[in-house]
Amino acid sequence: MFRFIVRRLLQLIPTLFGLSLLLFIWLRRLPGGPETAILGERGTPEMRAAIRRNMGLDEPILVQYGRFVRRMIKLDLGTSTSTKRAVTTEFIERFPGTVELTITAMIIAIGVGIPLGYLAARRRGRFLDHASVGGSLIGICIPVFFLGYVLKAIFSENLHWFPSSGRQDPTLGATRVTNFFVLDGLMTREWDAAADALWHLVLPSIALASIPLAIIVRITRASVLEVLNEDFVRTAEAKGLTEQTVRRRHVLRNAMLPVATSIGLLAGGLLSGAVLTETVFAFSGIGAFVAEAIGQRDYPVLMGFILIIAVVYVLVNLLVDLSYSFIDPRVRVR
Amino acid sequence: MALLEVEDLSVTFARRGQRAVHAVDGVSFSVDAGEVVGLVGESGCGKSVTSLAIMGLLPKQPGLRVGGKAVFDGTDLLQLDDRSRRDIRGRDIAMIFQDPLSSLNPVIPIGLQVTEVLTRHRGMKGEAAAKEAAALLDRVGIPDPKRRLKEYPHQLSGGMRQRALIAMAVACQPRLLIADEPTTALDVTIQAQILELLKELVRDSGTALLMITHDLGVVAGMCDTVNVLYGGRVVETARRRPLFRQPRHPYTVGLLGSVPRLDAGRGEKLNPIPGSVRDLLPWPDGCAFAPRCARRIDECVGEPPELVHAHDGRSYRCVNPEPLPGMVPAPREEESA
Repeated sequence: MFRFIVRRLLQLIPTLFGLSLLLFIWLRRLPGGPETAILGERGTPEMRAAIRRNMGLDEPILVQYGRFVRRMIKLDLGTSTSTKRAVTTEFIERFPGTVELTITAMIIAIGVGIPLGYLAARRRGRFLDHASVGGSLIGICIPVFFLGYVLKAIFSENLHWFPSSGRQDPTLGATRVTNFFVLDGLMTREWDAAADALWHLVLPSIALASIPLAIIVRITRASVLEVLNEDFVRTAEAKGLTEQTVRRRHVLRNAMLPVATSIGLLAGGLLSGAVLTETVFAFSGIGAFVAEAIGQRDYPVLMGFILIIAVVYVLVNLLVDLSYSFIDPRVRVR
Repeated sequence: MALLEVEDLSVTFARRGQRAVHAVDGVSFSVDAGEVVGLVGESGCGKSVTSLAIMGLLPKQPGLRVGGKAVFDGTDLLQLDDRSRRDIRGRDIAMIFQDPLSSLNPVIPIGLQVTEVLTRHRGMKGEAAAKEAAALLDRVGIPDPKRRLKEYPHQLSGGMRQRALIAMAVACQPRLLIADEPTTALDVTIQAQILELLKELVRDSGTALLMITHDLGVVAGMCDTVNVLYGGRVVETARRRPLFRQPRHPYTVGLLGSVPRLDAGRGEKLNPIPGSVRDLLPWPDGCAFAPRCARRIDECVGEPPELVHAHDGRSYRCVNPEPLPGMVPAPREEESA
């Protein structure tokens, strides 16, 4: 098990190396070169030359790449051209918000999706089945940002049940420890701060959860239907086990294998979904920041974001593979 | 009184917009306590559906109708509610299936799959259940049972898997064991071992065994009474010896004739029954075997043949049965077991 984890973590190295190469080429190939990206169209030739010298763009390409990699290893992602602060600092402040949001969304998607998909399979052809299959189709079709605006209009602007934007009420003056606001509230025993942060998470995480939820419902349903026809379920029934035992021990566990795979694939997509959700709800996570960076052509920020997505993706899929071997002894790693 | 008395059992699958299929059509037979009864027929004759209907294990689907009676020890199993049925299954009536690999849950250790029966019906938990499970595995001939309990189905060989399934089935010392083609998916040498094990268990515990098979060798080696099924009906019922010596129903004759014999002369051809079970009947009511029957006469078409009870306790469903004495010599049992 341990060796498996280490091996998978080592696989991160070539992945990141390849990615760094792509990023490097991308940065050199920007329209008009990096200096135009920084100066815009109006820079004079002298200013351009100065920047090129400053950034070392006049040196041989291999030297440039070596320096680029060295900086990446030191987690120095450069300075954001729009906020003039170190990209790493910006991310340390904002990334926890996005993590909170995506984790909450994933909890909703899994917590609702698996039971709903299971029930739909058990009540195949009846109302609940049709409702959840139809509903999940709608869930897949509706763009995240649209759902976000609808939720906001109904539940915060009309009903005033939930706050419409932000991560926490700033007047609470909550203490910051990790920048995970809910976690901070719990750690500092500022319960009202934790509750408020959680409250702010509800609408955005529902909006973000919609697509993974719909996919999980469908995959769970299909997978349960398949497992229900398996011989070993018949064996379990023949043993006279209670329905509950048959379901939990024999049906659900086997049905979870494809669901686990899809969760891994969905987790990566969630980060991109977070960009839209955070923008709609003015939720100060990495997503809203990146959305702005795209508009501002803030390349260091975009580069950092791409790196983070890659690392998260690899880590999440490592977790999925581990859970897989936990569920299914046939693929258990040694 | 018989332990299990199946009376006029019928199973119909009626899909909307399709002709209803009578998978089992008025099947009656009985199993006495401690007796080994065979249910024999080609694939598609309704033998598995019969056993699943008795157990209440037919997949629930719209259009499924189960009629008749299956009286086990005084209670009609078909009338029971789901809960009481679950109480009986695994405790009083147990079942083993054809394919041991797919019949075992791949993601749960063998041990739990055995102990869950003990927990459910005998209230055993923890250490006691594990000990009993090991004893059960030992009893069905699985070496090193303690280690096997922790293993998963894919780590066992085919024969071991079937032994494990048998261990689960006999865990509560059921009074009736239903074995649905228990050796079909196994190697020949393993088949013999599994049959020997079943025989031994039945002899030692007094459990009755309903053996569902297409293999006449299995029947010859094990069964006291044999019911031959064709097209969802019992076409002949007899004790083993008279059945092999003097089959009356032409289908039984055909079945016996299509078994390859080691002592057949070189170049002698097998005698398969022409056609297949699924051949559609041009007449819905007559004898289902008539289209393939060599002894067909005009009376076979029209009315379904009545069950004829012969003087020697045998019964058959044929208007023009094979005359006595039979034409097929009895097989040597030592050889086929």
